Amino acid sequence: MYEFEMTRPTTIADAAKALGDEDAQALGGGQTLIPTLKQRLAMPSALVSLGAIPEMKGVCMSDAGEVCVGGATPHAVVAAEATAYPGLAGLAAHIGDPAVRNRGTVGGSLANNDPSACYPAAALASGATIVTNTREIAADDYFQGMFSTALEDGEIITEVRFPVPEVSHYEKFVQPASRFALVGVMVAKFADGVRVAVTGASEDGVYRWTEAEAALSASFSADALADLAVSGDGMISDLHGSGDYRAHLVKVMTGRAVAKAA
Amino acid sequence: MPKDNGIGAATTRREDIRFLTGEGQYTDDINLTGQAHAVFARSDVANGVIKSIDTTAAMDMPGVLAVFTGEDFTEVGGNPAGWLINSRDGEPMKEPKRPVLAHGKVRHVGDAYAAVIAETKQQARDAVEALEVEIEELPAVIDMASAIGGGELVHDEIETNVCFDWGWIEDNRAATDEAIKNAPHVTTLELVNNRLVPNAMEPRASTADYNPGTDEYTLYTTSQNPHLTRLLISAFVLGIPENKLRVVAPDVGGGFGSKIYHYGEEALVLAAAKKLKRPVKWTASRTEAFLTDAHGRDHVTKIELACEKDGTFIAFRTETMANVGAYLSNFSTATPTFLHGTLMAGNYTVPNVYVNVKAVFTNTAPVDAYRGAGRPEATYSIERVIDMAARELGMDPIELRRKNFIKPDQYPFASAAGLEYDSGNYDAQMDKLEAMIDRDGFAARRAESEKNGKLRGLGVNAYIEACGIAPSNLVGVLGSRVGLYDAATVRVNATGNLSVMVGAHSHGQGHETAFPQVVADMLGIEAESIDIVHGDTAKIPFGMGTYGSRSLAVCGSAVVRATEKIIAKAKKIAAHMLEASDGDIELKDGQFSVAGTDKSVSFGEVALKAYIPHQFPIEDIEPGLEETAFYDPANFTYPSGAYACEVEVDPQTGKVTVDRFAAADDFGNIINPMIVTGQVHGGLAQGIGQALVENTTYDENGQLLSASYMDYCMPRADDLPFYQVDHSDGTPCTHNPLGVKGCGEAGAIGSPPTIINAVVDALQSGGHDVAHVDMPLTPSRVWTAMQG
Amino acid sequence: MAQVSMTVNGKTVSGEVEGRTLLAEFLREGLNLTGTHIGCDTSQCGACVVHVNGEAVKSCTMFAMEADGADVGTIEGQANADGSLNVIQQAFQDHHGLQCGFCTPGMVMSAAALLKENPKPSEAEVRTYLEGNICRCTGYHNIVKAIMAASGQDVSAIAAE
Repeated sequence: MYEFEMTRPTTIADAAKALGDEDAQALGGGQTLIPTLKQRLAMPSALVSLGAIPEMKGVCMSDAGEVCVGGATPHAVVAAEATAYPGLAGLAAHIGDPAVRNRGTVGGSLANNDPSACYPAAALASGATIVTNTREIAADDYFQGMFSTALEDGEIITEVRFPVPEVSHYEKFVQPASRFALVGVMVAKFADGVRVAVTGASEDGVYRWTEAEAALSASFSADALADLAVSGDGMISDLHGSGDYRAHLVKVMTGRAVAKAA
Repeated sequence: MPKDNGIGAATTRREDIRFLTGEGQYTDDINLTGQAHAVFARSDVANGVIKSIDTTAAMDMPGVLAVFTGEDFTEVGGNPAGWLINSRDGEPMKEPKRPVLAHGKVRHVGDAYAAVIAETKQQARDAVEALEVEIEELPAVIDMASAIGGGELVHDEIETNVCFDWGWIEDNRAATDEAIKNAPHVTTLELVNNRLVPNAMEPRASTADYNPGTDEYTLYTTSQNPHLTRLLISAFVLGIPENKLRVVAPDVGGGFGSKIYHYGEEALVLAAAKKLKRPVKWTASRTEAFLTDAHGRDHVTKIELACEKDGTFIAFRTETMANVGAYLSNFSTATPTFLHGTLMAGNYTVPNVYVNVKAVFTNTAPVDAYRGAGRPEATYSIERVIDMAARELGMDPIELRRKNFIKPDQYPFASAAGLEYDSGNYDAQMDKLEAMIDRDGFAARRAESEKNGKLRGLGVNAYIEACGIAPSNLVGVLGSRVGLYDAATVRVNATGNLSVMVGAHSHGQGHETAFPQVVADMLGIEAESIDIVHGDTAKIPFGMGTYGSRSLAVCGSAVVRATEKIIAKAKKIAAHMLEASDGDIELKDGQFSVAGTDKSVSFGEVALKAYIPHQFPIEDIEPGLEETAFYDPANFTYPSGAYACEVEVDPQTGKVTVDRFAAADDFGNIINPMIVTGQVHGGLAQGIGQALVENTTYDENGQLLSASYMDYCMPRADDLPFYQVDHSDGTPCTHNPLGVKGCGEAGAIGSPPTIINAVVDALQSGGHDVAHVDMPLTPSRVWTAMQG
Repeated sequence: MAQVSMTVNGKTVSGEVEGRTLLAEFLREGLNLTGTHIGCDTSQCGACVVHVNGEAVKSCTMFAMEADGADVGTIEGQANADGSLNVIQQAFQDHHGLQCGFCTPGMVMSAAALLKENPKPSEAEVRTYLEGNICRCTGYHNIVKAIMAASGQDVSAIAAE
């Protein structure tokens, strides 16, 4: 690792101020950033830890019935406390491994937008609102391709508000080595329609599979997907699977998510 | 005799206490006063000419003490190959120099061309980035077929990428060719034995200390064989006299072959410690481990099995390309030849065997022995082609194997691949296996799987391997440049406790527990009073270390021989003390007694007498009670076994799940069944890992795509089932005193073909016309195979 | 450099660290608690698992400064007060749940965290929980068995010696 200064502000305001410095970088749970720093692939002059800010931690319900998760809330806490949204809790319960879930945070995951991460699928399928220290961003506007988001430099995800679907499920087929999603599909059925978000598969990062959404909105069953075809074009192709394989898995995982949705 | 800790007892391990409490001492846990830190500059291209290395800026960096490049080691030797292989035409193999640091050219990604020594590791790493280096990248040779076909040369000076072209047994070639030509049925299979990274959980590390007052060096290093490492450094690389170099391998966190070898980092820290007159430490990152530890396997093979219509085997013929990587590692030439070709008759009475192996240089990390070393490659080829033949002939795969098994009354059996098997009973193991896996219940389990949308397959396998490679006289004729004995010193201390110094090194095998069981059993004393000393050339006799499942069969035999000498001398002392003839002295339960009388002295009393030799027959017996034995086996040992597994395949995703795995092994006699079972478990996990998830992938430019645990899949707990393991009622080895055969590698040898056979069975049951899928059977590969 | 202080195995400790100093490095190099091992760079092998405020974390993927003020538990603090092995450690020895010992500290710390949240885990639950702990020696059989035994379950039906 290159040398850097580390600060641990205790308020969002102080964190935002610290992140105003050029080359300062936010540190969430660090489960992706720290390995990156070890490889010397990033060279921040300062790291601003968001782990000591009480107002960014915890799970609660909003008046509008959304599950609100503080940006610095670890996955393990979401898994245990987001009981009002079982699909979300189930997703959080299978990110990484237990030790990673005790450190990794929803804000860190969404800010990084790894194309194989789980949380982006939850946010997009839920139609979540990403709340930052300066504004609110709809999930549909937030994800802008792999490792790319609508966040400005220094902007902090303070909270994520997840509308709660009637039924939902996240089905993940893991990349065997990293245990990230080779393909992960979140299906969320709302009163006004079904949202389907796919992670792990596309070269553009997480995306909504709109054909499946239409089919499932008409009939919420795995059979409704039968006539849909997923193209391997634009899918990630690597040593763990071809684009065609990932395309195939998108359909299989979507069907399984529908079948298990609760 | 306290049987609860003697031979055959499942004694729990005494070494566990320190490992379970964090008190183990691994190389990186050792910090010497004043130590500096080494960090290596490694090539990021697979093939290139080093045009220039300017160290000026790096030397000016904070904390930097020294910078070394290949120029600093041109006057010293290279890291040698330990086994000379001659090609079919009689020409000796090509042996390009493997320097401490790359000089002139870099030959694989990760090849070290410089090292920086600094006060801290971070400072050294910063300074590595400040080296001004010009490397002209050349096209890389990665694929073996292109390397043979006249691609870029890995080593210009040898004018070829073929290290050797070996035939075994060359005199059998014509007969084998003829037999295959005339055979009623020939099954042909082309397969890849995938390259693996050993991945001991402890990364390699080395710390060197130099004492200018005495000109003595101490090297703490992650080694399976400290004496071999010292010999290589002393005799071949740096020329430090052995009496000035102490090599210590403290607790070592797994090896699996990768820590047999001497590596350049060890030589570098020694040279740096002398230059700086202070200790120098290096610890590999996991990425460095992936890039530079010797890899395993990596064969591309065509095998043919010729048989009669009734399934009687007539011939095996094999052509293999074996990747040796960019440089020859210490045993890399022995692995695909004498540890592979000699096993190509398997457990069978087949009369004709011929093997051709071409070893090929490529711009990849060196490849050497990894758990099993050659025998997994042999077993995989043989047992896959037999399974395929059974399908083609419409025969039951177990019956086809049984039909050709060597029978118990045929030992000693001279195999068509040139070995003499001393003992075994393959049918008995297969009987046991069929019961263990409940073969009769398979049809019902398959039906149940199909009801759940899954395909179920059953795979079986029989293996034989050769352990405790020996004897030295024979291996010398075959090209080995080392002896393959081992050594032990049994020191009885004055108050009756024992220190047993052994050449073997324990890095997970439990020697500290198992070896005392042998000595305790022989002497009739408590095992707790016996300590094993290993891993320090200053303390132990010259032994060859631990690899190839040799520790108990070879070093254990040396322990027996040394203990026999102790008993013989102790009997003489006891005879004197009891005023009897030593021929009348009997040793039982730690008491020396005069036969037919109630006169006796205890082992402890004899020990005390040996060291306080008052009223001692000094003219007949030397004082003291310490004996050394070197043991050179008469033959290999031949563990064998039969394995079976059931897998489920999810046809929608291609994911394979191992539902059950049974291993029936013959390891001869067993000293500690708990430890033996653990060894089998570990081998199985590595073999299943090879079969299902592990793969080392270089791209066409020689970049290692699987250079971390993000992309190289290590088997996890949830990838594996509980295993059924049975190694009871083995047939004892006939030529070593314990009758033991070795158990360390069996699991990794027997399991890969078992898994593939099962998956092919599952796929065929689902109507998929899949005859073979290359390892690893990742979901993606299985799904792709199912698409036709 | 900054000053950190924390409680490690019940004792208050402090030391100077850089921003980039990992908790694992502080434990190993700063406190000479070398039982916590480092086996990878990517937060996967789990040899470095310790407890921070009672939760299992990978100490190679957490900065020492982030543990300022925390209650840290390492393998060196696991034995009973009289120095004897605790229930989990004893089960690992009884069931041969370790070989080379390098992954063992992380395994024991993960097992302790598992049993705290799930006192009687099934085989599948143990295997799933160990997703972040890699062992190369044991094939996991005896580790899973040891953890189930440590939870008080009868493991005599599980094949082994």
